[in-house]
Amino acid sequence: MFHSQAQGDLGIFGNDPAAVIAVKVLGIFVIMVLMTLLTIWAERRVVGRMQMRIGPNRVGPFGLLQSLMDGIKLALKEEIIPKGAHLAVYVIAPVIAATTAFLTFAVIPLGPQVSIFGTVTPLQLTDFPVSVLYVLAIASVGIYGIVLAGWSSGSIYPLLGGLRSSAQMISYEIAMGLSFVAVFLYAQSMSTSQIVAAQEPMWYIVLLLPSFIIYTTAMVGETNRAPFDLPEAEGELVGGFHTEYSSLKFALFFLAEYVNMVTVSALATTLFLGGWRAPWPISLWDQANVGWWPMLWFFGKVFAFIFVFIWLRGTLPRLRYDQFMKFGWKVLIPVSIVWILIVSVARYLRNEGGLESRNLLFAASAVLVVVVLVSYTLDLRRKKSDEAEEQRIAIEAEQEFDPFAGGFPVPPMPGQVAQPSRRMKATISSGAPASHTPAETTEGN
Amino acid sequence: MGQGNVYLPIFFLGLLAFGFAVFSVAAASFTGPKRYNRAKVDAYECGIQPAQAQLGGGRFPVKYYITAMLFIIFDIEIVFLYPWAVSFDALGLFGLIEMIIFILTVLVAYAFVWRRGGLEWD
Repeated sequence: MFHSQAQGDLGIFGNDPAAVIAVKVLGIFVIMVLMTLLTIWAERRVVGRMQMRIGPNRVGPFGLLQSLMDGIKLALKEEIIPKGAHLAVYVIAPVIAATTAFLTFAVIPLGPQVSIFGTVTPLQLTDFPVSVLYVLAIASVGIYGIVLAGWSSGSIYPLLGGLRSSAQMISYEIAMGLSFVAVFLYAQSMSTSQIVAAQEPMWYIVLLLPSFIIYTTAMVGETNRAPFDLPEAEGELVGGFHTEYSSLKFALFFLAEYVNMVTVSALATTLFLGGWRAPWPISLWDQANVGWWPMLWFFGKVFAFIFVFIWLRGTLPRLRYDQFMKFGWKVLIPVSIVWILIVSVARYLRNEGGLESRNLLFAASAVLVVVVLVSYTLDLRRKKSDEAEEQRIAIEAEQEFDPFAGGFPVPPMPGQVAQPSRRMKATISSGAPASHTPAETTEGN
Repeated sequence: MGQGNVYLPIFFLGLLAFGFAVFSVAAASFTGPKRYNRAKVDAYECGIQPAQAQLGGGRFPVKYYITAMLFIIFDIEIVFLYPWAVSFDALGLFGLIEMIIFILTVLVAYAFVWRRGGLEWD
């Protein structure tokens, strides 16, 4: 029973000759840069369509070279270093952000073993028993780039943007880390290639659906993308942590953001969607999981995630910061802890052979979803009654002193009663005597 | 296992990425024009005269510190959960019960922080 599902053999890694390592390193670098250019282009085109526009279509076929030309344009722009900046940190910050963004992709499996220059080698730069932990570690170092960029700019907006960004990333990293636990429990490994191997009978998106949902939510928060793009809230913080950056330094932050987007999508594919394995109808073909084909399935899945990223951006409005933190700390974390408890009990029962744990897991995830939905509606209803109460108090308060009396200069708000103007009062008092003067005189008598 | 060094390729990838980033940062000062303007190097303040801020902007909300401290507590919990999850099958019932006790202990702390308003953001 021990380590029954750790099928992949890690002995195949680390034996590559220097030439193969060089090809793989260069290949991954080029793939990441190309994916970035493609993603930026796809984002502008898709968001354009969603907003009933055309999007960039002039530079190259279908505007494909647009992002490349934007990069060149940025390189030809003046580099402005603000007066208040801490020069060394200011220069190092984009380097940290870009380097760490590229590093995370090193352990993502792109395919099975293939032959490069006559050497049989896996389509993955490297792998070791703790590679998912390595991804988390490098992602945490990447936060330094953002914090330091905000801090070193010597300006208020970047500082607040950088702080928000880091608070957001560490908050959602907890939920992200907790969502991995269920995967490790079922794969009995932290190595990416072994996790992919363990998903051969069934993808973890089916088996561990709540983990998948928590991970995908957290990954949008991690990458500072809409609807969680609060560090870049234009209305409040101008451009966020990179407000004071220009020219190629700005381009590096942009690159890092999109590389991170690709990496978290690739990690989602690896951990939950069976990695490079072909999806169901194609997997019936016996050549589907052999040779170079798996790269196609892999990048297909990654692009599906990227499309979801763009779709979210085109659909959802930005959250308020307190809503966002509340969602991370009060919803995602308790739900994932409860889910870990359920999964561990189900796994134990499976190991004992007493119960079919699969059905138990499905039932448990259904119950969890219902509980979350019910608590959400209760919260919403409570909030609505709170809001109604607040509104009632506000209206009462306004009736004592009304700055908009008479409806001038603005018409009254809904629920606000316009007080009669002086002229109106005069016309009323001409019919029936105005209340104060006669009353006072009669009282005096 | 007969493994070579599995960390070596990461080093090379890091070197390439680092070289690329340093090259970009260095190249920017050669490729772009340079036209000095006093207003251009001021801190961005939406057009008004910028207040001379200290480096790091001076003070910022204490809530960020609390978030960072809470993060450390939960991150350590996660670090404890990972080795347990990987060797769950080998640990058996003992591991399950031990970890349930551990998670419940952390949940007590979590409930305490929640009730004391440590998770509120106003």
